[in-house]
Amino acid sequence: MNAREALRHGCGAAVLLLPVCLCAQGARAPLDEVMSLLAQHRHAEASFTEEEHLSVLKQPRRSSGRLIYDAPDHLEERTLTPRPQTLVLDHGLLTMTFHGRSRTLPLAQYPQIAPLIDSIRATLAGDRAALERTFELMFSGSLEHWQLTLTPRDAQSPLTQIDVTGARDAVSEVSMRQRDGDQSIMHIAAAE
Amino acid sequence: MRLPRLSLTLWALLLALGVWIVARAHYIADLSAFLPRSPSPTQQLLVQQLNDGPASRLILIGIEGGQDATRAAASQALAAALRSAPAFLSVSNGEASSSDKDREFIFQHRYLLSSAVNAEHFGAEGLKTAIADNLDLISSPAGLLAKSLFRADPTGETLQVIDQLRGERELQTDHGVWSSADRTRALLLAQTRASGSDTDAQEQALSLIQAAFARIESPALRLLTSSPGKFAVDSRATIKQQALRLSLLSTLLIVTLLLVVYRSLPALLFGLLPVVCGAVAGIAAVALGFGLVHGITLGFGVTLIGESVDYSIYLLVQSRGVSGSAPRGTLWPTLLLGVATSICGFASLLPSAFPGLAQLGLFSIAGLIAAAAVTRFVLPQLLPAQVRMMDLTTLGKRGMRLLSARHLPLSACIVVAALCVLVLFLDRGRLWNRDLAALSPISRDAQRLDAQLRGELGAPDLGSLVVISADTEQAVLRLSETAGMRLDALAADGLVGGYDSPAHYLPSVRTQEERRASLPDESQLRSRLAAIGPELDLQTDALEPFIQQVGAARTGALLTRAALAGTSFALAVDGLLWSQGERWHAILPLRGVNDLSPIRQILAAVAGGQLQVLNIKQETDALYSSYLTEAIRLSLSGFGAIVLLLAVTLRSVHRLARVIVPLLLSVLLVAASLALLHVPLSILHLVGMLLIVAVGSNYALFFDKRAHDADRTTLPLTLASLLIANTCTVIGFGVLAFSSVPVLSALGSTVAPGTLLALWLSALITQRELWA
Repeated sequence: MNAREALRHGCGAAVLLLPVCLCAQGARAPLDEVMSLLAQHRHAEASFTEEEHLSVLKQPRRSSGRLIYDAPDHLEERTLTPRPQTLVLDHGLLTMTFHGRSRTLPLAQYPQIAPLIDSIRATLAGDRAALERTFELMFSGSLEHWQLTLTPRDAQSPLTQIDVTGARDAVSEVSMRQRDGDQSIMHIAAAE
Repeated sequence: MRLPRLSLTLWALLLALGVWIVARAHYIADLSAFLPRSPSPTQQLLVQQLNDGPASRLILIGIEGGQDATRAAASQALAAALRSAPAFLSVSNGEASSSDKDREFIFQHRYLLSSAVNAEHFGAEGLKTAIADNLDLISSPAGLLAKSLFRADPTGETLQVIDQLRGERELQTDHGVWSSADRTRALLLAQTRASGSDTDAQEQALSLIQAAFARIESPALRLLTSSPGKFAVDSRATIKQQALRLSLLSTLLIVTLLLVVYRSLPALLFGLLPVVCGAVAGIAAVALGFGLVHGITLGFGVTLIGESVDYSIYLLVQSRGVSGSAPRGTLWPTLLLGVATSICGFASLLPSAFPGLAQLGLFSIAGLIAAAAVTRFVLPQLLPAQVRMMDLTTLGKRGMRLLSARHLPLSACIVVAALCVLVLFLDRGRLWNRDLAALSPISRDAQRLDAQLRGELGAPDLGSLVVISADTEQAVLRLSETAGMRLDALAADGLVGGYDSPAHYLPSVRTQEERRASLPDESQLRSRLAAIGPELDLQTDALEPFIQQVGAARTGALLTRAALAGTSFALAVDGLLWSQGERWHAILPLRGVNDLSPIRQILAAVAGGQLQVLNIKQETDALYSSYLTEAIRLSLSGFGAIVLLLAVTLRSVHRLARVIVPLLLSVLLVAASLALLHVPLSILHLVGMLLIVAVGSNYALFFDKRAHDADRTTLPLTLASLLIANTCTVIGFGVLAFSSVPVLSALGSTVAPGTLLALWLSALITQRELWA
């Protein structure tokens, strides 16, 4: 296929798609595309740095570590600094281990914290249905640089907003705002 | 006619009184029939734990089949339904379900309850570590819940207390609810309001569970339940159903037999009269003597039919000869001696510490006396002058031909007896079953399911306990705390899976005071926070609620038992801490214990005399074993009394041997056969052997009497009456042998062959004198 043919095919496809896009409420198509790209990941590892602004602390609290994800419902947050701490979400069960002690919480029973943790998992899994169950979704930007804003449907949620930023199938930043004014930003960089 | 009328009036009055007592008697069908009547303090604890202890209230529930998610949903629905039912105090299925009341209690009393609270914890360094740890927690996404508490509780005492109370039980969870390790079963644990010994309430609680499960309407799912209460409900139902069905069956068979033999309805009805009167008298005597009647005693009621029906058979058959003239003169002395022999046997059971056995003894004595008295004094008055019934001389003669063929010389008896003794001696190691479960009517499958669910749930079984006793509540609590510290150390070494303690919910006053005293005063706390604030970047102003609440706890009241009211912890403490008379007791149920000896060793050092480490299974088996030993001793003394009675009455070694040898030989043959069939003997086999002697002595005495007297004219009728009486006994007990209730089948399989043997052997031994 030469360049001219390719261009003509592309134009043809664009012409064919145009009315469909117009009919289907504008921004949803790229969201679905991002979601399906994300859903293709079976396994992913990334490093993160997090900055938390807590009202009880004078300075933001910084931590870093690794994120490990296995589709569709296994997520690990291994904090390495300032102090080691592990958080594992597996089959809806959250296990936290720190100071040599571990606690296990079935996420489903903690409606206050469930969205917070599951938002990351569902985003990574490209599970739009799961996201839409708990959040209002707002997608902006392009496939190359997108931003997804999640607003909890539950007005009582201690969370007020989560912003996920990414490029194509890579999530690069998650920021969360809590009702009490505390907030956090997590930067994610794909690991080799 | 005055005397007859008097005896009839007296009989009618006594019968009416008996029926009235029977109707008003209190019947119970629980484990207590197997528990000691006048227990030692340890046994008292054991009984209390078995009947009302916290473990007795637990119902273990499993849901099988279907998909993981369906099971989890069913578990949640079932738990929600049961939580709203007042019959249940708590229902756990792995969901976080602690009530607001519980949470508030923990939060409010955290500085008195938390075992982390000490002077060091609130010193500059301790405070820094605790707050730093807690900051780690609240900054993690999962810490969102704890975050709201941070300003009031930056050291995380609330979580510490929650961890303390939850213990070390970590169950596998699937879809948010407890599941078995292989994820095939969702698991729940329900605690009933009623105690485990309240069988009716337990039955109700179980049917509530069934109904709630049925409403879930998931056909793929299967409900499994097990609990001490369910065992009680099931065994009561089994005993009820079997005792009823089997006694109906044997009554039907005996009635048919008697009808065929007598060919007279009046004869049959009059013949059954002594049985009915005997049963009424027996139950009434037990109700009066013991205050309550064990269901199991009624189950033995059939034993009475076995002997008392014989009396009227002897009377009816032997008094209705061809001529119609009654040879009652020879009947009564022999019958009286037979009754006396039986009473000697059963009287030996009266002093037993095993209430079931003692009741059986009294029941049988009163029943036999009443049946014999009715046969002697009432029946002859009631019998119409001409009861038209079959002449049984032919039957007797046929029996004579059958039995007169052989003679059994004494030497042969000795050889057979020696062989039996040899078999029993070789088998002596496993001759007796000393496991209380041998008496349990609970099927092996049900016992296996219980063990399985218990293992999966890590539920405290009626297993191992530390029991602490002292003069005051505080002393008991302090000892519980000391023992708890040792148990913590043992748990760290993996020797104990976990334990519960009343001091977890209600620390002793001394401990509470120590914890309270270790809290710094306001200025100390402020200065310490000011010191660590910069290091942790703390916004110390935010911790104002913490400073206020520590101050309040320092001067606040100590935690009392009353403060627990309304929380689920109140019940936990009620089950673990109680007073009895002047003494206070606490129990610390242990989980995951394989070997008690290191625990015993270490705890003995804590408080030797005031503390005991028990394993309920071992204790109950030891108790049962002591019953068995006692019953063997009592039966032997009963047998001795019978020999003595016969020796005094018969005044002849030869006659004594003629009566005793067939009885002894029958017992030995039955025991040896059971040993050869690898049936371990239980206490009920022993009772059965006593019955062989009691019933068989009548046969032996009749044969002896006939052999002794010169007159042979009544021989065929005597023999006929014995044959019919024995057939009735064999039918009655033979039916029992097919029962699935171990106590009933043990009795049946001993008595039916034993009495048959006694009759046959008595005939063989007297053959030479009788038919020579």
